[in-house]
Amino acid sequence: MKQVKALVLRAAGVNCDMETQYALEKAGALAERVHINRIIENPSCLDDYQILVFPGGFSYGDDVAAGKILANQVVHHLADALKKFISDGKVVLGICNGFQVLVKTGILPGFNGGDNINLKDLPVSITNNDSGKFEDRWVHLEPAGDKCIFINPGQRIYLPIAHGEGKVVTKDTATLDRLKSDGHVAFRYVDSEGNTGKFPINPNGSTDSIAGLTDPTGRVLGLMPHPERFVHNTQHPHWGRLKDRSRADGITIFNNAVNYVRDNL
Amino acid sequence: MKQWRFEVCNKAGFPDVQGDNVLDDIKELGINTIEMVHSARVFLIEADFEKDFAIRAAEELLTDMVCEDYYIGRSGAPAGPEKATLIEVHLKSGVTDPVAESVVAGLSDMGAKVKNVRTARKYVLLGNITDAQRDMISRRVLANDCIEDVIYGSDEEPPSAHTKAYELEISEIPIRKLDDDGLVELSKKKDLFLNLREMQTIQKHYQDLKRDPSDIELETLAQTWSEHCVHKTLTSSVDMEFNGEKIHYDNLLKDTVFKATKDLNKEWCISVFADNAGVVAFDDKTAVCFKVETHNHPSALDPYGGAATGIGGVIRDPMGTGMGAKPVANTDIFCFGLPDKKLDDIPKGVLHPKRIMKGVVSGVRDYGNRMGIPTINGAIYFDDRYTANPLVFCGNIGLIPNDMCFKHQQSGNIVMVIGGKTGRDGIHGATFSSGQMTHEHETIFSHAVQIGNAITEKKMLDTLLQARDRGLYEAITDCGAGGLSSAVGEMGEKLGAEVDLEKVPLKYAGLNYTEIWISEAQERMVISVKPEKVDEISKLFAAEDVEATVIGRFTDDKKLTLKYNGQQVGQLDMEFLHEGICKYSRKATWKQPKLNEPVIDQKDNYNDELLGILSSYNVASKEWVIRQYDHEVQGGSVVKPLTGAANDGPSDAAVIRPKLNSDRGVAVSCGMNPMYGDIDPYWMALAGIDEAIRNIVCVGARPDRIAILDNFCWGDCTKPETLGSVVRASQACYDGAMGFEVPFISGKDSLNNEFLCDDGTEISIPSTLLISAMSIVDDVNKCVMMDAKQPGNLLFVVGLTKNELGGSHYYKIKGHLGANVPTVDIKTAAATAKRIYKAINKGLVVSCHDCSEGGLAVGLAEMAFAGGFGIKADLKGLAKAKDCNRADTQLFSESNSRYIVEIEPDKFDQFAKLMLNIPFGQIGKVTDDKKVVIFSEDNKNVIDIDIETLKKAWQEPLSL
Repeated sequence: MKQVKALVLRAAGVNCDMETQYALEKAGALAERVHINRIIENPSCLDDYQILVFPGGFSYGDDVAAGKILANQVVHHLADALKKFISDGKVVLGICNGFQVLVKTGILPGFNGGDNINLKDLPVSITNNDSGKFEDRWVHLEPAGDKCIFINPGQRIYLPIAHGEGKVVTKDTATLDRLKSDGHVAFRYVDSEGNTGKFPINPNGSTDSIAGLTDPTGRVLGLMPHPERFVHNTQHPHWGRLKDRSRADGITIFNNAVNYVRDNL
Repeated sequence: MKQWRFEVCNKAGFPDVQGDNVLDDIKELGINTIEMVHSARVFLIEADFEKDFAIRAAEELLTDMVCEDYYIGRSGAPAGPEKATLIEVHLKSGVTDPVAESVVAGLSDMGAKVKNVRTARKYVLLGNITDAQRDMISRRVLANDCIEDVIYGSDEEPPSAHTKAYELEISEIPIRKLDDDGLVELSKKKDLFLNLREMQTIQKHYQDLKRDPSDIELETLAQTWSEHCVHKTLTSSVDMEFNGEKIHYDNLLKDTVFKATKDLNKEWCISVFADNAGVVAFDDKTAVCFKVETHNHPSALDPYGGAATGIGGVIRDPMGTGMGAKPVANTDIFCFGLPDKKLDDIPKGVLHPKRIMKGVVSGVRDYGNRMGIPTINGAIYFDDRYTANPLVFCGNIGLIPNDMCFKHQQSGNIVMVIGGKTGRDGIHGATFSSGQMTHEHETIFSHAVQIGNAITEKKMLDTLLQARDRGLYEAITDCGAGGLSSAVGEMGEKLGAEVDLEKVPLKYAGLNYTEIWISEAQERMVISVKPEKVDEISKLFAAEDVEATVIGRFTDDKKLTLKYNGQQVGQLDMEFLHEGICKYSRKATWKQPKLNEPVIDQKDNYNDELLGILSSYNVASKEWVIRQYDHEVQGGSVVKPLTGAANDGPSDAAVIRPKLNSDRGVAVSCGMNPMYGDIDPYWMALAGIDEAIRNIVCVGARPDRIAILDNFCWGDCTKPETLGSVVRASQACYDGAMGFEVPFISGKDSLNNEFLCDDGTEISIPSTLLISAMSIVDDVNKCVMMDAKQPGNLLFVVGLTKNELGGSHYYKIKGHLGANVPTVDIKTAAATAKRIYKAINKGLVVSCHDCSEGGLAVGLAEMAFAGGFGIKADLKGLAKAKDCNRADTQLFSESNSRYIVEIEPDKFDQFAKLMLNIPFGQIGKVTDDKKVVIFSEDNKNVIDIDIETLKKAWQEPLSL
C-alpha cells in the first residue's frame, strides 16, 4: 500500500501538533511536524507530502487577531508553494487556529481557487465568540453537502471546540449565499437531533451555524472543532455511559484524507 | 522616523465584546448613566513608511476588514447628543507588550523597517458622568495603576520607553559601622525584607572581610535569604506548647513533612524535595513530576498579570526539573473574598473580589491555553478573609524520561540564559512576596508585578525539548523568584560561577547591573552547556527564533563573581550565600479554641437546606471557570473536570493519558478545607489528605501509588499562635502521610498572608493547607465517573457517617461554626480506599463519588443530576456512629473517608464480599423519575426535590 505522507505545520504558539500527528498516524499516514521556518527556507519540501495540516493553537499568541500573524507570514513567504500544493490535487486541513489561518489567507473559501491567496478583500472572517470568552465544550456537527473529501456525507459527528474566536462572518449576504449555493459549507453546528439552534448548540454565534468550510475542490477543509481530540473512545466526555465503546468520531476525518490520497494520488 | 497611529474598532452590526463587558462592569459599580461603550485597539508605530504603506498595514495586518474599521490618526468624540468621554489606557513604560512584538514581526514580513510599536486600548463612554465617576471607572474597571497609565480626552499620549544607555556606577553600601537601628533602616529603605538578625549576620561577615558590600551583593543576599526562597520559618527549630504539653522540633519541615517521605522510603520516588518539582516513576521508560506554587501577592495587585505569571512560572518548574520535563497538565486552586461583597466594605488599596476573580481566571486561562497545556483539575474557595489576600495556587505536571531526572553541571560549563529578554519587571518579587501587604503596596510595589508572554515560553519549550533529547546541555533551571541571582546562584552552589551582566539581552536600555541580576522578567531559563556544544545549541534555538545568550561560566572557586564590562561589581562566597543565614528558634503555641455545637431544631424536611448548600459559593458549579480553560489540548483527556449525561457534573479527579499510544494514565486531585482549620488545623490537614485521596481513588487511580504535595498558606508566623497552627497541621501531614503511605514529594509555603489596613487593623487569611495528589492509573479504560448510570442500580455508602457537623456547610448556611470537626480514622480510611480501588479495578463499580462538602445529601444530588436520573434513598441503610442519630446530621455531616458507590444488582454479592469489615450500607437505588427522595430513619420524607431544581440551584450562583 502506498505510504501517505502528512506535514503538520509548526510555528510559534501552535500547540495541537503532537496529537494531530498522532491522529494522522493512527489513520495510516506517516506524519512529520515541521517548523514554518524550515518550509520558508525550502518551500519545495512540500513536494514530499500529500497532506498539509495547519493544527490548532495560538499562533503568535493570536496577537492582533486569531491566526492573523501566521496568515501574514504564509501569504508573504509561501503563497506560491501553497498554490502549487493545492493545484497538484493534494489535501489541506486547518483545525481551529489552522482554520482561522486558512480563512485569513483567503485559501478558504477560495472562491477563485488558489489565486485567492492574499490578505486583501477577504470575503469571510472568523471573529470573537458572541459569549465574549474562550470556551471548551462538545458540539454536534452535521455535514452539509458531499463535496468535501474529508467528511462522510450524512454522518453527524460529535467533537470538542476550544476557542475564543470561532464565529464565522461574511462580508455581506451575497457572500453567505455563495458559500451555501456553491457547497462551501462543510459542517454546521446542530443539536443531537440535527437541528440548528442558539447557544450552546451554536457555541460561538457563527453565521448560519457554520462550523467548517471547504474550497471549490473539496480538498481543503477548515473547521473550528478538533477532530484530533476524539480518536480514542476515552476522549468522549462521558464515555462511561456509551453503549458503543468503539466510537471515536474524529478519526473519520483523518481516515478520509489518507484514503483519498491512496486512491487518487 | 514617522510616528503612526492606528485605531481599529468593530463595524456597526458586529458585537463589540470588549465594550459590552466594560459596560457591564460599569453598571456593577452602580453607575447607570452610561448607555454605551465603544472600544478600539490602538497601535502606535514608529517606522519609516509612508501613507500608502500605512494603509496597507491597516488593511492587511491590523484590521479584520470583514468586521472592523480603521482610522489612521487620533479620532475625536463621535457626533451625537450624548456626552462622550474618551479614555485611553497605555502600558507603563517597560511593561511587556506581546501584541507589539507580534506587530513588529508582521510588519517586517510585509517588508517594513520598524523602530518601535506600542499598543493601547481606547474607550468611548456615552452618557453623563462626573469627573469623579470617570476616575473611578478608569481605576476600577479599565486600567490597573500597577502597569497602566490612563489619559483622558485629547491629553498627550505617554512617550515611548526611554532608551538612555546605562553608565556603570558601582555603589557600595557602608554597613560595617551601622548600629541596629541603622541596619533595620537600611533593610527597609532598600526593600530587602531582611530582619535585624540577618542584617547583623551580613554586617559581621563584611566586618570580617574588612570591606563594605556592593549593592549587588546585598541584593543577592536578600533574594537568596528571602522567605520565598529558603523557607526560613518552616525550617527553623520550633518549641511548641500544645494543651500544656511541650514538643521540640529541630527543623519543623524536616521533622514532619520530609520525615514521612524519608520513613516511607518508596522505591518509586525518584527525586523528592530536591529539585524544582518532585519526581516519581510513571512507566518503565518515563517518570512524572509535579509542582504546585502560589502567586498570591502579585495576584492581589494585578490579578490578570499576577495569575498569568503564576501559571507561567510553575510551568517552568517541571521544565527546570532534572534535565527538563514536558508539561502535560495544569491545576489551579483559588481562594477569593465573597463575590457579592459591597464595594464600600473593601479596604483601601484592595481590588473587589469579583474583579480579582475575573482577572485571575482570565490570566490563568490566557497563559495556560496559549501554552497548550490542559488545565484539568482545580477548586475555588470563598471566604471573606481572602478579600485582601487572595490565594492563587498553580500546579504543573510534566513527563520526563527516566534517565534524565538529574542534572550534572560541571566546572568549565558555559552559563546560557534562554527565552525572554530581561527588563525592569518583577524587581523585588521574591522579597515582596515574603512580607506583609499594606494599603500602600499598590503603589510602592508596582514594579514587583511581572507581565508574561506565553508564546515566548512556548517557543522556548519547543526548542528546549529538542536540545534535551540531543544531549546538548548538562543542567537546566528556571529563572523564578530572584531572577538570575537565584538561578545561577543555585546551579553554581557547589562549583562557583562568573557572570558578565552586560551580556544579558535586555528589553530596553538603561538597566543597571543590579536590576539585570535580580529582575524577575518572565520566560527565562538558565542552562549549563559544555563549551564545545555552544555552537550547536545556539543554532538550534536560533532556528526557531528563540533568544539564547552566553552570559558566563561555571568555575571551581566556589565564589559567585559578578562583572559588568569586565569590571567586577560584586563577589560572594557560595558558602556564605547558601549556608550563612542564621538558624532560628521559634516559639509556637496552640490551644483548642472553646467552641460549642449550636442548638438547631429538628425539622421534617430539609429541602431548603440542601438547596441552600448547593447554591453556596463553595459548593456551586465552577463550570463558568472550567469551560474557559482548554482541558483537552494534547489529546490525553480521559476523565474531564465536567462529566455526566449533559457534560456538566462535577468530577472528583481528572485523568489523562500522557502518552497517547499507551493506556496508562495519570490522575490528579486536591483537598482543602480552611473552615475546619478554624476549629483545629490538625484535623483540617488530615481532612485535606483524606479528601485528595478519596477523590483520586473515586476515578480508579491506584491508592498505593499516590504522591502528595503540600502548600501552606498562613498568616504572620512570628506570632506563636499562628506558628502553632502551622505546627498542628505539619504534625497531621506526618501522621496522614505515614498512615495512608502517601509520601510528600514537593511543597511550598507562603507565609505573611496578612493585610494591614489604613486604619491599622490586620486581616489574616484563614489557615489554608492545599493538598494536591497525583497517582497512576494502570488502564484508563477502567476509570469510572461520578454520574448515576442506570435506573435500578444499587447505591451504597462506604465509610462511617459520624456526628461531625463542625465547620460544615450545613452549619455555615445557618451562621454557625460548631465544634465537632470531622476526624479521620486513618487505618480504616486507608483500608477503605484500597477496597474501593479493588472494586473499581474488578469492574464492579459503575459510578463512584466522594462524599465531602455538604455531606451525603449533596453527594447524592450531584450523582443524580449529573446522570439525569432520580435517586431514592433511606437513611436506615446508612452505616453510622451511635450518636449520629438526627436526620440533619446524617444528611449533612461531612465525615471523611466516605464514598457513594453505584453497583449493578447482579454484582451485589461480589461487592459486599469485598467490603467485608469495612463500614458500609445500602442506602438506595437509582430511579427513572428524576427526583431525589430521601427518607429518614423514622420514615419522614426529609428530601424530595426534582433534579432540575437541584441542578439549577447548583449552577446559578457562579454563572457570571
